[in-house]
Amino acid sequence: MAAPTRDVTSLKQLVLGRKDVQDLADTEQELPPDLMTVNMGPSHPAMHGTVRIVLTVDGERIVASDVQPGYLHRCFEKESEHATYTQVFPYTDRLNYVSPMINNCGWAMAVEKLMGLTASIPKRAEYIRVIVSEMSRITDHLTCIGASAMELGAFTAFLYFLKAREWFYELLEKVSGARLTHSYVRVGGVGKDLPDGFHDELTRTLDQTVKVMEEVENMLNNNKIFRDRMAGIGAMTKAEALATGCVGPIARACGVDYDVRKDYPYSIYPEVEFDVPVGTTGDCYDRYLVRIEEMKQSIRILRQCLAQIPDGPVVVDDPRVALPPKRDTYNTIESMIRHFKHIVDGIRVPAGEAYTFVEGGNGELGFYIVSDGTGRPYKAYCRAPSFVHLSTAGQLIHDHFIADVVPIFGMINMIGGECDK
Amino acid sequence: MSLIVLDALQAKHGQALDRVESIHGDEIAWVKRDALVAVATWLRDDPTMLFDSPVFVTCIDRIDWHPVGAPPSTWWTEDKPRFEVCYQLRSSTYRYRIRLKVAVPEADPRCPSLATLWPAFNWQERETFDMYGIKFDGHPDLRRIYLYEEFVGYPLRKDYPKEKRQPLVRRDDLPINPIKARQTTSGEER
Repeated sequence: MAAPTRDVTSLKQLVLGRKDVQDLADTEQELPPDLMTVNMGPSHPAMHGTVRIVLTVDGERIVASDVQPGYLHRCFEKESEHATYTQVFPYTDRLNYVSPMINNCGWAMAVEKLMGLTASIPKRAEYIRVIVSEMSRITDHLTCIGASAMELGAFTAFLYFLKAREWFYELLEKVSGARLTHSYVRVGGVGKDLPDGFHDELTRTLDQTVKVMEEVENMLNNNKIFRDRMAGIGAMTKAEALATGCVGPIARACGVDYDVRKDYPYSIYPEVEFDVPVGTTGDCYDRYLVRIEEMKQSIRILRQCLAQIPDGPVVVDDPRVALPPKRDTYNTIESMIRHFKHIVDGIRVPAGEAYTFVEGGNGELGFYIVSDGTGRPYKAYCRAPSFVHLSTAGQLIHDHFIADVVPIFGMINMIGGECDK
Repeated sequence: MSLIVLDALQAKHGQALDRVESIHGDEIAWVKRDALVAVATWLRDDPTMLFDSPVFVTCIDRIDWHPVGAPPSTWWTEDKPRFEVCYQLRSSTYRYRIRLKVAVPEADPRCPSLATLWPAFNWQERETFDMYGIKFDGHPDLRRIYLYEEFVGYPLRKDYPKEKRQPLVRRDDLPINPIKARQTTSGEER
């Protein structure tokens, strides 16, 4: 796929959309051999979310690029500093809005670490968190692969995967009450127990999803167009992946055997059995294969969780974090006051700082909280994997054709909300 | 919790550290600003450490720091450095993690850049510069990243009001071309 390379340093540069445009040759004349600078995005069908790439191209070949995120910046950190710890959950939903449950869990675990509650979360709550997290991971990968396939012309795969994603969304809506922005997890547990009939519905959904994945794999895995566009495109070595901070499926496709669920086990992941798929070539096709295999492993985890989940409470019995039962709130003044203080002042978190990370859809998703002992975080930082991955995009698309930006970008899986915070 | 990294760091670079602490299992080393690059290079290259994977860079603005229940001696006062730049590192070989902290005074908000050691810090230091106005010495391309070049102020500083609005006044002299943009740095005083 390598284009013939020529010395570009001596060429003149034209910038479209700026004053230099009058330097362009008359369209009736022959096109000039100069470099041209064009905008891709911020609003472009192939740019998931909104990101702008300023490309300097030599014909179709990219010789320089400048990736500019920030068009979806919603001040997550500044808003969090002014919200109580519980009020931050809806903000985390809007970070990676394709897998909000994992963000919820990450934030809850960070606050629990600061409060020293990590070990006392009820078993059932931990299982529910893992179940909803793995469901979110599946929806994340379904969206990523479906959208990327669509951009390469495989519209059927997109529709099949979005159909499967909708089953998970419907199920998560039954669990949490919201289709997309769940805000389901709480500090100390989860908001409410799983609905009746959840086990059977999830089992049925998983069986159907396995069939859909088989169909899509048959369509894509050995599809000539798909492979030509993906294999060998945007490759990264293992050393580059480590130095650029890549995590998750992108790093694993390069052969980096790092999964937070295995390397720094949290929650009940040590109690379930699953494998971490690792690629060899680190190109877009390997990233696709790793994501497909991760979905299969998530299904495996979900089946084990359904078999092992114990009965019991879903939120820790600690007056510092748990709301009093509704019955008491309405009937006793003490519980009423506690409820009021809990909502208005927020959960009091002892002064200190903690960094907690979970395996998100895109890799290590971390929250770094500094607390000053009040009900609101003094500082809340989100280590967003999409942001780190996007920083490698300029290097990945270098010397590729403009058309290759689409699969590279699709497989980086930049989620605007998470990248731009 | 064993403090393997902190012990090794103290043995090797004791004079470069202000203090070390361990909170909730997170290992933290306060590094003198001048020694940051040397300490970081050692952490990356030493065969017993091999911190090959960067995690994040951020900054803490301590200007409002009055922790509940703590003695007033720990509160922030004018004579203490206002900013803390935090570097979180991970060793993929040994699974170690460490957070390096550098105290940065308000009057001289500069910090050595580690972007040449770990390319991932390129964008993250740009983010910290964008949000807190910390100028990273030696950074190859210190520009704003989330906000636009015309933005005035640093929004994550505690003295930037949350509700503040400012109009966007377009400047036409900013370079759009990435090759040209890389040669000019907007890290200068604005």
